[in-house]
Amino acid sequence: MRARDAILKRLRERADGPLSAPDSDFAVVTNRGWSAEERLARFEHWITSVHGEVIHTPHETWTDTLTKVLADKGMRRLALGKQHSVAVEARRALAGAEVELVDVDRDIETWQREQFESVDAGLTSTRGAIAETGSLWLWPTPDEPRLISLVPPIHIAVLDADTLEDTFFDVVKAHGWAGGMPTNALLISGPSKTADIEQTLAYGVHGPRALVVLVRHATTQAEGA
Amino acid sequence: MSLQSHDVRPQGVQTYTPREFHHQAHDALGNPQIRANFRKAMDGLMTKRRDSFADWDLETLRELGANIRLRALAKLPDLLEQLEANCEANGIRVHWAEDGEQACRIIREICESHDARSVVKGKSMVTEEMHLNAYLEQAGIEALESDLGEYLVQLNEQTPSHIIMPAIHLNTDEISEILHDKTGTERTRDVDTMTAAARQQLRERFMAADVGVSGVNFAVAETGTLCLVENEGNGRMTTTVPPVHIAVTGIEKVVEQLRDVPPLYALLTRSATGQHVTTYFNMISSPRKEGEHDGPKEVHLVLVDSGRSRIYQDDELLDTLRCIRCGACMNHCPVYTRVGGHSYGTTYPGPIGSILSPHLMGLEETKDLPTASSLCGACGEVCPVKIPIPDLLVRLRRESVGEGRGNVPGAGVKRTRKEAAAWKGFQWLATHPAVWRAGTSVPGKLRALMPAKLGVWTDYRTAPKPAGTTLHALVKRHQASKSHQPNNKSHEEEP
Amino acid sequence: MTPVKFYPSKSEKVYFFGTCLVDLFYPQAGLDAIRLLEREGIEVLFPEDQTCCGQPAYTSGYQQEARAVATAQLDLFPKPWPIVVPSGSCGGMMRTHYPQLFAGTDRESQANEVAGRVYELTEFLVHVCHLKLEDSGAPEKVAMHTSCSARREMGLAEAGPALLAQLGQVELVEQARGAECCGFGGTFAVRHPEVSAAMVEDKTTAIAEAGAQRFVTSDCGCLMNIGGRFEQQHTPVQGEHIASYLWRRTS
Repeated sequence: MRARDAILKRLRERADGPLSAPDSDFAVVTNRGWSAEERLARFEHWITSVHGEVIHTPHETWTDTLTKVLADKGMRRLALGKQHSVAVEARRALAGAEVELVDVDRDIETWQREQFESVDAGLTSTRGAIAETGSLWLWPTPDEPRLISLVPPIHIAVLDADTLEDTFFDVVKAHGWAGGMPTNALLISGPSKTADIEQTLAYGVHGPRALVVLVRHATTQAEGA
Repeated sequence: MSLQSHDVRPQGVQTYTPREFHHQAHDALGNPQIRANFRKAMDGLMTKRRDSFADWDLETLRELGANIRLRALAKLPDLLEQLEANCEANGIRVHWAEDGEQACRIIREICESHDARSVVKGKSMVTEEMHLNAYLEQAGIEALESDLGEYLVQLNEQTPSHIIMPAIHLNTDEISEILHDKTGTERTRDVDTMTAAARQQLRERFMAADVGVSGVNFAVAETGTLCLVENEGNGRMTTTVPPVHIAVTGIEKVVEQLRDVPPLYALLTRSATGQHVTTYFNMISSPRKEGEHDGPKEVHLVLVDSGRSRIYQDDELLDTLRCIRCGACMNHCPVYTRVGGHSYGTTYPGPIGSILSPHLMGLEETKDLPTASSLCGACGEVCPVKIPIPDLLVRLRRESVGEGRGNVPGAGVKRTRKEAAAWKGFQWLATHPAVWRAGTSVPGKLRALMPAKLGVWTDYRTAPKPAGTTLHALVKRHQASKSHQPNNKSHEEEP
Repeated sequence: MTPVKFYPSKSEKVYFFGTCLVDLFYPQAGLDAIRLLEREGIEVLFPEDQTCCGQPAYTSGYQQEARAVATAQLDLFPKPWPIVVPSGSCGGMMRTHYPQLFAGTDRESQANEVAGRVYELTEFLVHVCHLKLEDSGAPEKVAMHTSCSARREMGLAEAGPALLAQLGQVELVEQARGAECCGFGGTFAVRHPEVSAAMVEDKTTAIAEAGAQRFVTSDCGCLMNIGGRFEQQHTPVQGEHIASYLWRRTS
């Protein structure tokens, strides 16, 4: 611990004396005051501007939409969880379909190559989204591990419209992130992309080449999951 | 603490050194391809940045960004201890390194404890700073860059020329050639094809990697969280796929609270590339927990000093440490735009590099960098955390000629008797108004200040022509002609 | 960068600090500036002992020498009149850097007081004099090059163009990358001549491509640099200090 103590000692015994810490006013990153419609419009504007696909669906028929998306895109193997209601409902709806359902509640070491090479899409829930930047937020779980939103070529994310919030700052505050962070917290805003070849955008460089967001809208009786 | 503590210059890699700034700049200026690549890229980046802030109260946001960074620096030792405690409580192992050599050794030892032979890297400037790849190579451990730009640059046996866009000096055709020569990829001008080829090549490497090494954009003391900003997903791959993740960061990257992150992230992406957000914002707070199915089983954080605690001592130099590494200063720098990143010969090129590198490498090595600016102020104007870069450049010029506070290694190295005498001469002249007023003889004297060098002015421009008279003389004549008109008489007792 | 400045009403007198470049290379610009001010009914005081603001030494790192030179200027402005400087670069030095240069010295309060009275010429004409101009010149296409110090250090990107916009016969042309540095930068042009040359080359190209017959600037360093490059290329684009240009077309 010699380096540690030496570094801290130098920092504490600062030659020009102790520094005073200013207070911060965070007003500029909060208090947007958008209506639900504005939030949704902004979310959609921003996430589609970076190649995210947004598909709106009534809550009660969302699995029909999912089935159609999978068919349209020719997806044959879909990785998904088992416990989250999104996974439960999707599994139920896809039980008889042609799409093969791939379990993800396995340690990655046992199926890494399979995941990298023969899964067409990953389905995940989301905890919410940010209107200002068009970002989904996810806290991966044992049921929906980190890599299923990253490794398969297509990521299908299910978002309930009423979980949209205005800004990242608002989300961090409203959900008490500081009180306990998960192993991994993620903002996802579009498919993987690069502009490293002469500023030309290319998608799917390491992660998914497509991000499909199924936005579920609550109807009169139906509640968000 | 020694500077340049371990010289493991990458072998076989095309190297540049700040000592050769003039020659390297000369070569870059004479290379139309380089000039065109940078001009095009910088023009685009400047426009995108401006547009991305269009709906924002940018000044207020910058004020907040600066304020957050200042607060973090004000509490730096406490926050580092808090970060360490929270990381450790979460299961992240924290290491401290005085300099790059120690950091390299720590990383090597972690690798060796896992019999690691293959390391995959996410983008990390601090590991560039310590030449980690070359060091690991010498220890028999292969380090592969996975950011597409870094990968291309590594294939081309070069170093990055921009901190955010490492391969910005290469154009599509050059990249096609590199991929063809080094990986056998078929030549193409299609960017999607090239990207897909790189994806395939790198996926194999992610699966095979024993260790992932990444940088850190913000380290949150309050929660022990490491934040990584990226678009490609290689950062997530690097920090999720290999069984061991080592995050490396300078000690200044810590922020106090989680709520400090959103404003800095908003500033970073827009300042860097004009993006309203990046594809991924990846926040890591622990290794894989019991019951989780993926993610590394071990996460290490290496905190590197490497001269930063020395910068920290000085009230003025301290501002250097606010930097969030967005690269906006280089994107807007008319000098960087023309000479490109490699000319600087440092890990961090452009204005931020010119105020940071002297601390990391010493002024002897970097003495031409603080002067490589016209002090136009574009860098300071766009800096998202309001670092007064031009003032710091001037401060380092003072240190170079021995008229600063001596708080920078190599202070005074640029002072020559001849130049010092010339400035004393200037001082004498400018504090003897009667001599100054002697008029036309003065320009001749001023020109004598730098007899050897003023010649270069006329290689590109006509020589400035001293006027036949001076303003002093003209004013005198003007006043005399006016005083003939009685109504213009001055009531003032002065001149 | 500069905080919002509250401008005083027009004063009866001003001090004029000519700057060394004007004094030695462009004295006519200085005289024209004085005449513009006098035409507004202002008495212009020209302290005879003025030499140089000290900026060349300051930006070269020669702090002591810069302070000595600056000290010699501080006593030249004893009355509370505004100090008008026909250069953003020297104006910026006096307004922004004098307080830094003298911080912690026994001249600190004097330096701050002087700095608070410094105005760049176009700034003073626009914001204090509320100058009104009547153009009597021939039609002409003109490019304005605002110096980096005027633009960024003093926050005056708009002042020069606002004055030119009053000249009915003058068409102000828009150059590509108008806000980019011309490459002068004082000793920069001498220490890094090739980089500086590449910058001024692009600047002259942009001005010529904008179709300008003339360029005007509020800083003689830029004038010397851009004008010198045009002259060496034998491009018939003339440069002129904005003071001379305004005086010539309106007198």
